[in-house]
Amino acid sequence: MKKDVKNEFGVFGERPQVPKKLYNAKYIFGGLLIFLALVILPILPNLGKAVPPPKPQVDTPAIQKLAGQDKQCVEDTAWMRANHMLLLNDWREEVVRTGKREYTGKGGKKYNPSLSNTCMECHSNKSQFCDQCHNYVAVVPNCWGCHLEKEKKVAKAEAK
Amino acid sequence: MDFCKRHFSVALGAVLGLMLIAFIGVKANLQLLFGVVAPYLAVLIFVEGMIYRLIKWARSPVPFRIPTTAAQGRSLPWIERSLGDKLDNPENTKWTIGRMALEILAFRSLFRNTRTELRKDPVDGKKVQLVHWSYKWLWLGAIAFHYAFLVVILRHLRFFTEPAPGFLHLLDSLDGFLQFYIPVVFVSGVVLLAAALFLLARRLVKAELRYISLAADYFPLLLIIGIAVTGILMRYFFKTDIVAVKQLALGLATLKPVVPEGISALFYMHFFLVCVLFAYFPFSKLAHAPGVFLSPSRNQPGDNRWKLYVNPWNYPVKFHTYMEIEDQYREAMYEAGLPVEILPESAKTGGEG
Repeated sequence: MKKDVKNEFGVFGERPQVPKKLYNAKYIFGGLLIFLALVILPILPNLGKAVPPPKPQVDTPAIQKLAGQDKQCVEDTAWMRANHMLLLNDWREEVVRTGKREYTGKGGKKYNPSLSNTCMECHSNKSQFCDQCHNYVAVVPNCWGCHLEKEKKVAKAEAK
Repeated sequence: MDFCKRHFSVALGAVLGLMLIAFIGVKANLQLLFGVVAPYLAVLIFVEGMIYRLIKWARSPVPFRIPTTAAQGRSLPWIERSLGDKLDNPENTKWTIGRMALEILAFRSLFRNTRTELRKDPVDGKKVQLVHWSYKWLWLGAIAFHYAFLVVILRHLRFFTEPAPGFLHLLDSLDGFLQFYIPVVFVSGVVLLAAALFLLARRLVKAELRYISLAADYFPLLLIIGIAVTGILMRYFFKTDIVAVKQLALGLATLKPVVPEGISALFYMHFFLVCVLFAYFPFSKLAHAPGVFLSPSRNQPGDNRWKLYVNPWNYPVKFHTYMEIEDQYREAMYEAGLPVEILPESAKTGGEG
């Protein structure tokens, strides 16, 4: 028996004992499990596996033919990697809206601003060069809504 | 420096300081620290802190039902109840789940927010009158902020999964339906930043809110604004090698961390702020995310009119009952002519004699 507690109103009974336990543990930890499942589920398939990064291929026949000096893109590789979508957008606007069909690239070299005719001339391997990275970061560029995929057609024609 | 400036500048200084730390760290080639160690540490702190917090919450007993009297409860059969009454004063678990769903998905209690103001009397301009009006701007800012944040988080799944889940493309096209700018502007990012700025401005502009705002209120807002600004800058203006970023994120998610080259300092600033947000989450007001599920006035049916809930640690009060009082003072009461339950001995003998 615990000692009675005395206060200004007189003598009271035992000091109340709040049972020290987890209340509603079923719901609280059930909710926690649901949360953890939601977080882990998307990353589960690849857990513990080293997913290889995409390796865009640049050894198309057209590029191999180019001499050492010409073997470079219209701009720096690093710049192109981050900003090619802006370049293509600028090209489109210049050609379609102002009719300017000339682009001065790195080193003063002039190019015809055209995705199908300039870019794809060298990078004719769309699935190896474009799609790999686009798929990797899950972006769907709307280039191919209008532009033809030459590679596919050639491949199909050869298959016949 | 007054109260508000002190609290605001501490929070602002903390966020800017964190960004500076990440910037200097990356310039000093500490990519491993900010790209791998910091996120793992942050997730560890997040999980541990959240479990600590949950156990603390679970240890708090809630023995009673707390009916909120905002709506007509179940009563006599001829008292009609609308759908709103049933949801706002639920009688059983089913309706309580409905109330919780409204609270969590639609921020019902914020929607009911009223503001009390003294306004000029429209008739007599010299007088003022007390007006209670339904103030929806806080609700609007809050719900825009939370849903935008949800969409932003879901969009970031693209960095942690390979292949990215199918719904992402649908989400992207919905989020980027404006088809404006390259890369396409995501509405969620803009809404997130605008709503966070509104919520911050609210605290700064209104004098009564400034008075109750602490550094702990400004810091999460500024932190999220910092994350949104660095993210938007990185997506639209100062681009970085996105493939390398995904390599880093995927490496973290698959527990095979790699630190690829070519990631800008801006990314590490963004990433470090996110890490801080995770680590800060369980110990701050941000823990309302899991906490809202444990709101006692929301998650219990108001059924205590027909169900008895006994406090499990009921205080054993020593009652002094009426009969004990009468036993003590019976003679005096009888003499004073007060009614008594049991006649005193003297009265009985007196009657016989």
